[in-house]
Amino acid sequence: MSLWEYANPAKFMALSARILPYLAIASSCLLLAGLFWGFFLTPADYKQGSTVKIIFLHVPAALMAINAWLMMLVTSLVWLIRRHHVSALAAKAAAPIGITMTLIAIATGAIWGKPMWGTYWAWDPRLTSFMILLVFYFGYLALWEAIEDKDTAADLTSTLCIVGSIFALLSRYAVNFWSQGLHQGASLSLDKEQHVDNTFYLPLLVCIVGMVLLFLTLVLIRTRTEIRSRRLIALRLRGI
Amino acid sequence: MFELDKYTDTVLLAYTVSIILLGTLIWATLSKSKRIKRALDAQEQKTDDKR
Repeated sequence: MSLWEYANPAKFMALSARILPYLAIASSCLLLAGLFWGFFLTPADYKQGSTVKIIFLHVPAALMAINAWLMMLVTSLVWLIRRHHVSALAAKAAAPIGITMTLIAIATGAIWGKPMWGTYWAWDPRLTSFMILLVFYFGYLALWEAIEDKDTAADLTSTLCIVGSIFALLSRYAVNFWSQGLHQGASLSLDKEQHVDNTFYLPLLVCIVGMVLLFLTLVLIRTRTEIRSRRLIALRLRGI
Repeated sequence: MFELDKYTDTVLLAYTVSIILLGTLIWATLSKSKRIKRALDAQEQKTDDKR
């Protein structure tokens, strides 16, 4: 059995229908448990006070904002190379989720920044690259809506996605390239000396896994909607 | 241990904004999914009737 079999819309619909309930339950349970653990059961930080609790929303959302674009990059490349419609529709389906994640990351970062940095916003490398990523997300969706022929739209949005990937990667590594920004280094690291204390790390990990599963759940639902929408348009155009 | 301090408003604001954004995304996703499924079912029914 090949992975490409699931590029067939009928097979994709059948498989996604089977796994969606499990994904939805797992994502809800993990995200709610992680947020409850982080909000109610962790202490205030000695420097940041209770604002440290914002990390349980900010970091998972920021991770997903970047990784949603990278998922769109992979599916766009699959479309450009192998012309599988499901992959192009999956990329389109992921964009609104990416926008929401980027907005949450920017908003929670700004709210945290006011008491900690003394400002809601600074033209810091990571903040600026996130703002550019947000503009790319809106541009990507606008391009889908602006072009009537769906295959042409998929071609052009895939190209835009490749260009935007530079900013997605930049927003991930900006703090490593330029050290003059306000934004601190990564909160999570494979090096135990560098990442946050386990008191915060474990609930954060649960929130991240929950957010990844929520992303997958929503991408599957939205891709199924896009496939149905295409079929609906096709049936209407045929006039039957 | 539930600890909030002078930053209570800041933390609650961050959670409220995030929950509103996530809630809107989930609601929009589910409502569009239902609407399109209903329209497709109706169209397929019409197609079956014509045949």
